[in-house]
Amino acid sequence: MNKILSKEEAKKIIDKVLAFSKADEMSVSLSGGRTGNIRYARNSVSTSGESYDQSLAVTAVFGKRSGTATINEFDDASLEKTVRRAEEIARLAPENSEYMPMLGPQTYLESPTFAESTANIDPDYRAKAAFDSIDPCSKKGLTAAGYLEDSTGYSAIGNSKGLFGYNKATSVDFSITVRTADGLGSGYAIRDFNDVSKLSTKQATEIAMQKALASSNAKALEPGKYTVILEPAASIDLLQNMMRSMDARNADEGRSFLSKKGGGTRLGEKLFDERVNIYSDPTNIEIPSSGFGGGGGGGRFGGGGSDGRPQEKISWIENGVVKNVYYSRFWADKKGVKAIAPPAGFIMAGGNESLADLIKGTEKGILVTRFWYIRAVDPQTLLYTGLTRDGTFYIEKGQIKYPIKNFRFNESPIIMLNNLEAMGKPTRVGGCLVPPLKIRDFTFSSLSDAV
Amino acid sequence: MKRRDFIQLSGMGLGAMMGSSIPVLGNMVPVEHLLEPGADIATKKRLADIALNATKSRGATYTDVRIGRYLQQFLFTRETKVQNITNAESYGVGIRVIANGTWGFAATSDVTPDGIAKCAETAVAIAKANSKIQKEPVILAPQKGVGEVTWKTPIKKNAFEVPVQEKIDLLMKVNSEAMKNGAGFVTSNLFFVNEQKYFASSDGSYIDQDVHRIWPTFTVTAVDKAAGKFKTRDAISSPMGMGYEYLDGLASEKISAPNGLIGYRNSYDMVEDAIMASKQAQQKLTAKSVPAGKYDLVLDPNHLGLTIHESVGHPLELDRVLGYEANYAGTSFATLDKWKTKAFNYGSKQVNIVADKTQPYTLGTVGYDDEGVPCKEWDLIKDGVLVNYQAIRDQVNILGENASHGCCYADNWNSVQFQRMPNVSLRPGKEKLSVFDMIKGVEKGIYIIGRGSYSIDQQRYNFQFGGQLFYEIKNGELVGMLDDVAYQSNTQEFWNSCVQICDKDDYRTFGSFFDGKGQPSQVSAVSHGSATTRFNGVNVINTGRKI
Repeated sequence: MNKILSKEEAKKIIDKVLAFSKADEMSVSLSGGRTGNIRYARNSVSTSGESYDQSLAVTAVFGKRSGTATINEFDDASLEKTVRRAEEIARLAPENSEYMPMLGPQTYLESPTFAESTANIDPDYRAKAAFDSIDPCSKKGLTAAGYLEDSTGYSAIGNSKGLFGYNKATSVDFSITVRTADGLGSGYAIRDFNDVSKLSTKQATEIAMQKALASSNAKALEPGKYTVILEPAASIDLLQNMMRSMDARNADEGRSFLSKKGGGTRLGEKLFDERVNIYSDPTNIEIPSSGFGGGGGGGRFGGGGSDGRPQEKISWIENGVVKNVYYSRFWADKKGVKAIAPPAGFIMAGGNESLADLIKGTEKGILVTRFWYIRAVDPQTLLYTGLTRDGTFYIEKGQIKYPIKNFRFNESPIIMLNNLEAMGKPTRVGGCLVPPLKIRDFTFSSLSDAV
Repeated sequence: MKRRDFIQLSGMGLGAMMGSSIPVLGNMVPVEHLLEPGADIATKKRLADIALNATKSRGATYTDVRIGRYLQQFLFTRETKVQNITNAESYGVGIRVIANGTWGFAATSDVTPDGIAKCAETAVAIAKANSKIQKEPVILAPQKGVGEVTWKTPIKKNAFEVPVQEKIDLLMKVNSEAMKNGAGFVTSNLFFVNEQKYFASSDGSYIDQDVHRIWPTFTVTAVDKAAGKFKTRDAISSPMGMGYEYLDGLASEKISAPNGLIGYRNSYDMVEDAIMASKQAQQKLTAKSVPAGKYDLVLDPNHLGLTIHESVGHPLELDRVLGYEANYAGTSFATLDKWKTKAFNYGSKQVNIVADKTQPYTLGTVGYDDEGVPCKEWDLIKDGVLVNYQAIRDQVNILGENASHGCCYADNWNSVQFQRMPNVSLRPGKEKLSVFDMIKGVEKGIYIIGRGSYSIDQQRYNFQFGGQLFYEIKNGELVGMLDDVAYQSNTQEFWNSCVQICDKDDYRTFGSFFDGKGQPSQVSAVSHGSATTRFNGVNVINTGRKI
């Protein structure tokens, strides 16, 4: 069971499934792998586990009716039974008037999504990673709570029109919260990689420890508009939410921030500061992701689709102008345009300055480690609310002066990216590359006592 | 721990409402398969005994075995189209043990004598391995075995027995009525869950439970292309611990409210609500933008439920208070030292908040929790004072109690059970008071209905809530609809500003169907009951922006 199927092995199974088909069209998606995790709190491991799973999904289509069945056993009898089940479900399914015929063979970009180092993770590695994080905390009288999750898997897709894709990928995600014993200070760090050899839980924990110690006895500032420096862990959620809202159909239908007064969309309009450039590229070495949607890798942003469309290098925002939006295949066909798939991850271009450089160049401002509990307030303007958390500091004359109490914000990434002051060097967070951002007039609307 | 498929809600028109994904567990199966009976009780007992014997012989001092069959049927539609129907089944066994004073857990989908024996072995091995780094041994509150018992959600109509076509017809009717009444777009959905859970423990309990849940919901969108504006109105249904009978739309379960508004108690008229929603979404397009300031808020149960969930339910989870969720959801302002004073004023004297897993029709109600503890009701806040938390067998000793509260839950056989929120509800007022009477007494206020945007900090002090519908109250009367409304407050300040609660005739439950907690994240479903309640002098902000 404990096996990552090779391209050939996966193809053999998919071909076998397709040979059983009596449907007009059939697609197969096959994936499997191992996930492991370790969780700790109060300087002690609370849960840990490892599991292997595999799944095969068959979609059968008759006319415009489709049905999907899944199975986790791959013997011939199980495969055939699943094909029959999918066909049975399809025959009984209502017609989907927006059904699009399956794609034929595609060419997918290759990307180094798999790292042997991550595939070699074992329970001892996880225990050591947790120990490296807990030990320095307990020695300093601090309290660590953290979580590490790794995955090693493969994904293959195929259909009766000759499409085939295979990718294997690894990933590791780590997050750590360090709190002072009196509960008055809290710090945080988060890391994600394809290749676990780039991860040091000790180094990440040291940053969280520094922030915890430095954030004790925070002062209260009046809510209002401030210049902020958002670390990538802070800005990522707002940027992701914006990128998730770039669907063409919603914009055309008048229910998106990209919908225009009087009808039409704002595609091609300059909506942001001219230094804003956001694009996606599955081959980017820092966030390598599969050449097809759902194939794993760096992009855990959630896009990508799963209909076999290739992931390409696409510019979404160029010099502040909305350059592309993404489409379902149905909507693109209706509009007579290319069906650009939503991205698996994105890259926001930045500068060369470090976070420290950005702080040095700030007369008065606030450094934000991360935001928390971000929720949409108004989908029309992409107004979001949320709070700062785990390390918020006041900057004066280029230096961090003192920790401040957490704020609630009400802000839109659209307004935020118009109020851009400066950008630092992008780093990986959440499967994307994001620079630290210096933003003026960021709206903090109330204070929070939370630490 | 496991691989799951997630349906991205944004693509299903639920994005703004939930802000997350819906987990689909297990394998996709034909709909008939959902009606096939699972293994019989005798077989499950025999299999469970294999696990109990295997762990005992390897030195486990406690074992529980959960053989679970989890069924889901989800239907998604938009306008005239069915977007997706998923029928899923997940079947397997989870074994949890204490060995060397430490927890160990393992799970398998191989529900055979051999598969279970191997899984039991692994669970003990993990416990023993983890015991090397364990600092304090587990202290498990005693639980007397309950013998062989069964429990079933008292449903009238098993939703899985209702033909799919009937469900699609209902959703198509909802959509067409919404469109006919002026909506630009509509998405509608039905969620049905059935947990067939068998629990056995070394305490001598063999518990077979059949749990049903239902959630009908929709989002109606009105668009004014000329103005470049759009507004949505979500259903004001509630997810329930009921069968398909929740959709009967019984007149006797409707509660009339001002402005022709209707509240639904234990029966929901989805088509009627969709028609109202369509009209109200259009009214929202031209509603007055709220002037920011202090207002007295009159909060409908379908709105207040989420405020209770976030500002009372979560902060009183004992594992959170202790720091077990520090790296994810956070900790809590409601610390043990505050509770120990026996004088911490969480709210005003009117505020009585109760936890339970016994209230009929609710999502949290079962006979026994996922560690075999019979369910009950207990006070969290009494006459405004914090009196208790939510605790399970391995933590309740911290409160000086020797019996679990019975609120342990795992969302699947392959998830390890942990403390999850029971129903947390605000008791209705004792004096006769309708929402009409309540509004009459308000000089400057806002009447808020429905679940909107919600956000709260990691210790549950500062929150901001929106809603679906906002009506301005001036001198005791509703004078029109408002837009761009959100209120911000601090939990303790807010609950201390509670001045009036309508009586039991206005009491209804609100629910959260996919509440998330833990790493890796698990979902759970929970209800929150309340009657319409008034809070004085709450800070309201204007959320309107131009981009």
